[in-house]
Amino acid sequence: MGIDLSQFFQVFFDESAEHLAEMESIFLAIDTDKPDEEELNAVFRAAHSIKGGAGTFGFPDMTQVTHTLETLLDRVRHRELALTPAMVEVFLEAGDAISMQLAGHRDGAAVDQSKIDAVCEKLRVIAATDTVEAAPVEAAVPPAPSPAPAEETETTYHIIFTPPPDFFNRMVPMEPLFAELAGMGDLTLSARIAAPDSFDDYDYERCLTVWEMQLTTRQSLDEIRDVFMFVADEDEISFEVAVPPQPAPDPLQSARDESAPPPSPPQIMTDQPLASDGIQHRRRLNDRDEASPGAMVGRKSDVPEASSIRVGVSKVDQLINQMGELVITQAMLAQTAQQFDPVIHENLHRGMELLQRNTRDLQESVMSIRMMPISFIFSRFPRLVHDLATKLGKQVELKLVGETTELDKGLIEKLADPLTHLVRNSLDHGVELPHERMQAGKSPSGTITLRACQSGGRIVIEVIDDGAGLNRAKILKKAHDKGMPVSDDMSDEEVWQLIFAPGFSTAEQVTDISGRGVGMDVVMKNVQAMGGRVSIFSESGKGSRVVVSLPLTLAILDGLSVKVGSEIFIVPLNSIIESLQPLPDDINEVGGNTTIRVRGAYLPLLRLHSVYSIKGAVDRPEEAVVMIVDAEGEQVALLVDELLSQHQVVIKSLETNYRKVDGTAGATIMGDGHVALILDVGGLVHLWRKR
Amino acid sequence: MEEMTSTTAEHGAREYLTFTLGKEEYGMDILKVQEIRGYDSVTHIANAPEFLKGVINLRGVIVPIVDMRIKFKLGNVVYDEFTVVIIINVLGRVIGMVVDGVSDVVSLQPEQIKPPPEFGTGIDTEYITGIGTSNEQMLILTDIEKLMGGADMQLVEHGIADNRIDLAA
Repeated sequence: MGIDLSQFFQVFFDESAEHLAEMESIFLAIDTDKPDEEELNAVFRAAHSIKGGAGTFGFPDMTQVTHTLETLLDRVRHRELALTPAMVEVFLEAGDAISMQLAGHRDGAAVDQSKIDAVCEKLRVIAATDTVEAAPVEAAVPPAPSPAPAEETETTYHIIFTPPPDFFNRMVPMEPLFAELAGMGDLTLSARIAAPDSFDDYDYERCLTVWEMQLTTRQSLDEIRDVFMFVADEDEISFEVAVPPQPAPDPLQSARDESAPPPSPPQIMTDQPLASDGIQHRRRLNDRDEASPGAMVGRKSDVPEASSIRVGVSKVDQLINQMGELVITQAMLAQTAQQFDPVIHENLHRGMELLQRNTRDLQESVMSIRMMPISFIFSRFPRLVHDLATKLGKQVELKLVGETTELDKGLIEKLADPLTHLVRNSLDHGVELPHERMQAGKSPSGTITLRACQSGGRIVIEVIDDGAGLNRAKILKKAHDKGMPVSDDMSDEEVWQLIFAPGFSTAEQVTDISGRGVGMDVVMKNVQAMGGRVSIFSESGKGSRVVVSLPLTLAILDGLSVKVGSEIFIVPLNSIIESLQPLPDDINEVGGNTTIRVRGAYLPLLRLHSVYSIKGAVDRPEEAVVMIVDAEGEQVALLVDELLSQHQVVIKSLETNYRKVDGTAGATIMGDGHVALILDVGGLVHLWRKR
Repeated sequence: MEEMTSTTAEHGAREYLTFTLGKEEYGMDILKVQEIRGYDSVTHIANAPEFLKGVINLRGVIVPIVDMRIKFKLGNVVYDEFTVVIIINVLGRVIGMVVDGVSDVVSLQPEQIKPPPEFGTGIDTEYITGIGTSNEQMLILTDIEKLMGGADMQLVEHGIADNRIDLAA
């Protein structure tokens, strides 16, 4: 084959991953007693598409599992096999096996062949059990391995390929395609050229050619279709079975769908472009095996495909960067424009206002490109909860609320692990066993709710369970044993915060589910690294609620600009607790270090100018401003000359052209075009301690 | 000048941007040069070597500025409207380099370039690729990537720098 397929691998990987996710979500929701026919068809299609793709792209190992799975699914959806919960479990395992193989091809991840063999074996066992039910007519039909029948007989297909008008510009080479078709069987090829609509606007680059092919082959229709996969959209080709030789009129149709009208050859296998029927038409394209027009009607309620384009992240980031520039330029202009008399230069000021509004709108639109719905993370939880609950013998219902809430792609990726940990915790430590729940007068089935919403400039994600709640006495005892400063009259909030302390192992409760070495301190650290906060609310016997609050995006940060000497720094707003001007009495020297007393607590004073060797800064705390900042859970007083103003700043990396600078989280460009460094308070404290 | 280079370029000649540092005339591959601009005020970086003046905003890109006069310990470092910054594109980075002045663009045939003399171990001359002659004046030709990527410049994290030099060489 003349086409280098490797360029399409990524598309295949992405699509297969989507298909697998779809399969999984359907299996988890499926009602085994009364499976919805649509759902069964959907999983079959998903398995079939993966198999087809894997075959085309030369991943034979993937076709192995998918083929067995597909065969089984085909029987299930034709009611030859009754669906049982145990089967669903095996199907889920098969899905995992395929994902593993997919990851193996994509990232070179290790593939455990024994697992795959085991899954195949399980599938085969199911296939062997002939639990036939439903209509006796169908029961008589031997289980047909799905795309196989076509291989036994030769069929002549009449294929018409009508390329789109811009086909020539796409530079698609046709020779390899024809060569491949010819390799499949006996091919007759002819082309006809349609007359242009009008010569007035005749465009010689417009494609008016129509290819007509007559192919006699043993290959199935799907295999022929695969040849066209990357050349033609499906509405551009039509396949017709020309008078079929000898036995069954159409093996693909044999006694499958009772609602289908009897096949009448020659039959049109794919619909011709139906202008009036866009959505139905698109849906049908995925539905390769059911060629009856009758199958089409029931599909109206299906979700229309979201129209989207795939764009590289780097392109989006570039757009965001340029947007940042525009914001800065606009701020700069606004600053300059203020010097002009509003009465004389009324138009200028009106224009500036318009520019500001447009810039803000544009910024929002551009930022929204990077935004993804949180369902990308939430969608993994039904499976996780299902598996864990089964393992722990608990009954849990998972509720997802606000799945469409959008947040930055970068955050989504980093949020997955902490959130997984929180859900695991809730399931393992929160929700009780059914009999315990009954004793407590609750329904045997617990509920875990994952809720996301946007509140102010932040995204709030809550993990709520109606389990036992946190055990105050246990936590206090544990903390006491660890030598942490605790007392019995601490408020609940303070007690709950203890579990975030590094090294606070909940060893008593460790199980193979939650005790994976990821503690709550890691959750806290990860969330803080994203500029977020975690808080816990819990009520004994009623359940607990963990609230994670995150900034909307990583690219823009709320900060306070401060002046030290002649330099300006940005302090991230989320690390500032308060700012104050200390009284001389509150300042003490302890062994060469200064401490500031704030409401009874003695905080170490970090002089920013001495850490950064800045000359000309105010050294006496009582003459300057002290900011109480939160440095990874520890409060530190930061001495600066002056607080300037609050900004939204665009974060720029220093590493792009230079290197990481200790104590900074990056740099930004101020309204006047100058660069200001953004402080990383935690790093700054480390730097200061090292000195 | 331009006519000359366009004809000579076909015969393996290479073009060099020449700049002065103290009394010496240096040359660097013109293809590494992005632009030449004046000296703006910089934002200082804490705990950086003295010759790293800080970073500037170059149309939205944060660019570090290195003062070669301080690096080469040439006295009389002043910043005024005549101070020149050569913005270079090396090691996949954009770096600004302060020099005393930019003189010319010259085209040198391979035979016009002599190997660098051995100065002994005292002086770090690794980055000198050869000595050229242009208009009866000696020109020190530098491998700017080697110069900027050197460990003593602290511009790039180690390891990365070494790899990139290997690639460049």
